[in-house]
Amino acid sequence: MIRGYELSHLLAGVMLVTSFALLYQERIASVINTFAAQSVTLALAVAWAAFSQDRSELFITALIALCLKGIVIPVALHRTVVRLGIHREVEKVVGVGIALMVGLALTGLAQALLLKVTQGTASHAREELALALAIILLGFLMMILRRNAVTQVVGFMSMENGLILAATGARGMPLVVEVSVAFSVLIALFVFAVFVFRIRERFDTIDIEALDRMRGDAR
Amino acid sequence: MSADLAKQFLAQGVQMFLVLLIAPLAVGVVRRVKARLMRRQGAPLLQGYRDLAKLLRKESVLAENASWLFRAAPCLIFALTWVAAALVPSFASGLMFNWAADVVALVALLGAARALLALAGMDVGTGFGGIGSSREMMIATLAEPAMMLIVLTLAIAAGTTRLAGVADFFIAEPLAVRVSLALSLVALIIVALAENARIPVDNPVTHLELTMVHEAMILEYSGRHLALVEAASYLKLVLYLSLLICLFAPFGMAPATAGIGGWIVGLLAWTAKLLTGAALLGVWEVSIAKMRVFRLPDFLGIAFIFGFLAILLAFLTRGAVQ
Amino acid sequence: MFVQGGALGALAVVAALAAVSGRRFLLAVVYPVTALAAIALGVVDLAIWLGGGGFAAVLPIGLPTIGLHLRLDQLSAFFGVVINGGVLAASLYGMGLDRAKELTPRVEPLFPLFAAAMNLVLIADDAYAFLFSWELMSLTSWAMVVAHHTNAENRRAGHLYLVMAAIGTTALLFAFGGLAGPAGGYAFDTIRTQAPTPLIAALVLATALVGCGSKGGLIPLHAWLPLAHPAAPSHVSALMSGVMTKVAIYGFVRIAFDLLGPPAWWWSLPPIVLGAITAVLGLLYAVFDRDLKRVLAYSTVENVGVIFVALGLALAFRANGQPAAAAVAMAAALLHILNHSWFKSLLFLGAGAVLHVTGRRDLEGMGGLIHRMPRTAVFFLVGALSISALPPLNGFVSEWLLFQSVIAAPALPQSALNFAAPAIGAMLALAAALAAACFVRVYGVAFLGRPRSVEAARAHEVPLVQQIAMGGLALLCILGGLLGALLTGALAPVLKGLVGSELPNAGTGPTPFSLIAFDASRSNYDAVVIALFVAIASVAALLVVHRLSARRTRRGPAWDCGFPDPSPAIQYSASSFSQPLRRVYGAVVFSARETVVMPPPGDLQPARFSVALIDYIWTTLYIAPWRALLRLSERLNALQFLTIRRYLVLMFAALVILLSIAAVTI
Repeated sequence: MIRGYELSHLLAGVMLVTSFALLYQERIASVINTFAAQSVTLALAVAWAAFSQDRSELFITALIALCLKGIVIPVALHRTVVRLGIHREVEKVVGVGIALMVGLALTGLAQALLLKVTQGTASHAREELALALAIILLGFLMMILRRNAVTQVVGFMSMENGLILAATGARGMPLVVEVSVAFSVLIALFVFAVFVFRIRERFDTIDIEALDRMRGDAR
Repeated sequence: MSADLAKQFLAQGVQMFLVLLIAPLAVGVVRRVKARLMRRQGAPLLQGYRDLAKLLRKESVLAENASWLFRAAPCLIFALTWVAAALVPSFASGLMFNWAADVVALVALLGAARALLALAGMDVGTGFGGIGSSREMMIATLAEPAMMLIVLTLAIAAGTTRLAGVADFFIAEPLAVRVSLALSLVALIIVALAENARIPVDNPVTHLELTMVHEAMILEYSGRHLALVEAASYLKLVLYLSLLICLFAPFGMAPATAGIGGWIVGLLAWTAKLLTGAALLGVWEVSIAKMRVFRLPDFLGIAFIFGFLAILLAFLTRGAVQ
Repeated sequence: MFVQGGALGALAVVAALAAVSGRRFLLAVVYPVTALAAIALGVVDLAIWLGGGGFAAVLPIGLPTIGLHLRLDQLSAFFGVVINGGVLAASLYGMGLDRAKELTPRVEPLFPLFAAAMNLVLIADDAYAFLFSWELMSLTSWAMVVAHHTNAENRRAGHLYLVMAAIGTTALLFAFGGLAGPAGGYAFDTIRTQAPTPLIAALVLATALVGCGSKGGLIPLHAWLPLAHPAAPSHVSALMSGVMTKVAIYGFVRIAFDLLGPPAWWWSLPPIVLGAITAVLGLLYAVFDRDLKRVLAYSTVENVGVIFVALGLALAFRANGQPAAAAVAMAAALLHILNHSWFKSLLFLGAGAVLHVTGRRDLEGMGGLIHRMPRTAVFFLVGALSISALPPLNGFVSEWLLFQSVIAAPALPQSALNFAAPAIGAMLALAAALAAACFVRVYGVAFLGRPRSVEAARAHEVPLVQQIAMGGLALLCILGGLLGALLTGALAPVLKGLVGSELPNAGTGPTPFSLIAFDASRSNYDAVVIALFVAIASVAALLVVHRLSARRTRRGPAWDCGFPDPSPAIQYSASSFSQPLRRVYGAVVFSARETVVMPPPGDLQPARFSVALIDYIWTTLYIAPWRALLRLSERLNALQFLTIRRYLVLMFAALVILLSIAAVTI
């Protein structure tokens, strides 16, 4: 049991690290790849939960995460990005350093909150929940701090990854599979929307701030 | 009791000369691996020793306005680094003087060596010396907070900041996968790369003006002075590799109570791990490009973030255990 | 007690004599007398600190019913040693001043008064005596700041200092008001017996933090300090920076640890947070500044921040019933107070020496002083390395203790403090690294390299007595580093009085010089062993190298990658040294912008490079309220032109409002 606990903790920790990596990336292509990595990790975590907790229905969730968010959506996004010609840099509102510091503070907040709220419950779930909340908050942060629609969608999906992690971590939560399916449909809609409205997004990004970067290496 | 002390004293003495002896070899391994991966023949493994011997034989040319500080610095830098390297447990954790400095003090000893080197770089009053010194100190300001966070994580996990204590703790503890420790490992590797002026922070083999950091500081040194500075940088590499081994892969290390047999095992294990580490460093260096100086905050920022996350996760684990 | 009285009296007399006569001889006599008085006071303080005892007295002067309470306990005695050590060094330095050129009736008569006032603050045992001597201290130092009042910048510094000192004293006035309670017992003995309500305690803590923090330079109340400290003559700067800030910290320690009663854990947050911010920001200011004395003043700000962090941690541990950890944090604070008074006085005296012989404070005009002032260069190097917290010197001992207490902080039950611990640790490590960068810059630019101005090229060594003053302090820095464990052990009685415990296993290490924070198996630092080790290693290395090597040394032009340029302008300057730091930190904290104006091709005009930094604290917390105040006063100006009837209405309205408040509350 100790081993199982450690493995799920490890996977959740890796997901958190990928969340930070999402904030850190400079290029949209690597943002998408990092997101794919996070989804694969999520699939592993969910599969491990299904295996160790004997909840075979969770394998479906794992499968969805792996196929849809680990493979299909990243590939689709890569294509969109290439077609739109926006595969160069991520457009940020604030610098990487500040974003990461805020992320750290949010992680600390998530832990302080959950350790306090869930006092007395099973230790395993508390940790998972704290990590999941941190991932959710970081996804939210990413949506706020990024201008481009693609990166915002990635942020949203990373939030959703956090939600599913929370749902699998907390034992006895019903409808996990259903929830994950519903979310996946929603995400598919989002990605579709990006396709449809791609032209508008292109014009949105040509703002004055883009010119700021032309000043040479004063960063 | 006295036999015990004698043994510890012996271990300390052996360690002191061991690190000195193996340092050029470790650097030789790094260079060799890099060369082979670039499909070059590469210098022989023992080139480091030959370099030092050659430098010692050559006369030293000092700039006209070099002060006493410039001449005294290499010796002090070498001594400080050597002492620091001798205090990191390598093959046995029961070293005589290991208690004299914990991790915090060890980092500060290296900081003293670095400050002296930076001062020496400013002494002759050349452009390159200044560029090296100022960048070196900037990198230090980025690396030291991350290092402090790593120390804090280890202290939370092992309850001590003595290196021997941490090593003993991890030897005794069954090997466990802990996210926080994995994160601090990554952070420490990044810090070690920065401190040793390796790619992507600095390139030890280039004298290209705009990218130099470490090499720029020691540009005016020659002969025996340069030999001492180079030896100190070799020692520093061994020190950080030993530190990584001692903290994250201490298996095989002889505990304080072990006899000579344990020492031999420890010695073999440490040498093997050290040379593997050096080889890995070589692989890493050919597979990545040197970064622009002002990209370094991002790179060392990773160490900081990982260090901080490690502590947060350590809190979490502790909170879960409580 | 008689020694105290005698010494303080002597200081007052010599000050009066010097002031009244204004003769050169009497002005010069000030310094030996102050030095002797400082020795007498310091010896008494040392005896009381180590041996206990002390005295208490009530003199029938001062306010009619209260009298004047005086008391010298071990805490005051410890601070007395700090202060009189600094006074002694500054007086020795003063003895070397040029009698014909450098003595002025604007400074010398005030010098002993300033020293006496600081000693008085320590022995004051009622609020009135405390505030009186505090104000005396402020005013005498202010007068010395504006001694060279012909300089507009000094006048501005003096003006700002006066305003900030007034704000600080007002805050302290409220703090003591809160402490005294409704009964109005202003003697410290009476205050100790009362337990204030949590609200009052919070208010007292806040006002004490404002009062003492503004004197010590806690950000955001620091703005006057880097202007005022450098404006005074250098030995006075040494006193203000090295010693007067310690009196400010004494005030905070006295109020927070002694008078206010048992702490609540959240009291620790303001000092910790403000202290950590101060530590980092202070150095960021320092590292971008070009004025040698101002750099030192900013570094004082940083050290005060570090001390406040340690004090805050001590409060937190004490509130949570962990006296051992509280003792470690408090020991770090006290030791850092002592250490900082030594190396900062040393550095300011060194800066004074440089200023005296080159006439320059701007780093960009210095260089190569190590050849022209060899002894001063050695002493300054010791100070610079000490303040950068490098072993085996003294700055590192207190830094090490502080890190140990930060490492113990995650064991606290409050999650706010838990999560603060890594942030504080990282900020302190950043401050330490920045300090090293800052002082490598200062030393490298001022003392190393080649002279950047004619004055620097013609520099010469200062008089012997000034060298003795600096050398003594440098020796103290080295000894304090090696014997840090013994010094920490000597703090035990003071620690017991403040936090109820001493360091738990002090003196149980392998050697008497082992510094042990909690437990020998947990952490240990032995400066003597390390220093011995380094000495042996370097001697061995030297011997081996000399046996093996060619031993030949040739002097030649600098190599510089093949581009040696004889012009000293080609050297890295202070501004260029800080460029990497400016890009990394300055861009975030000060919105640093670098502008390069290149002439068009073919044009012979020089290219221009300029850097703009915005001090947000200054613009938002000082300029903006000042403007608001001006606008408000313009508005209120209308009040001066009302008719009598309107004035009566105003007064009547005020009366009615007050009466109705009274009706509601009573």
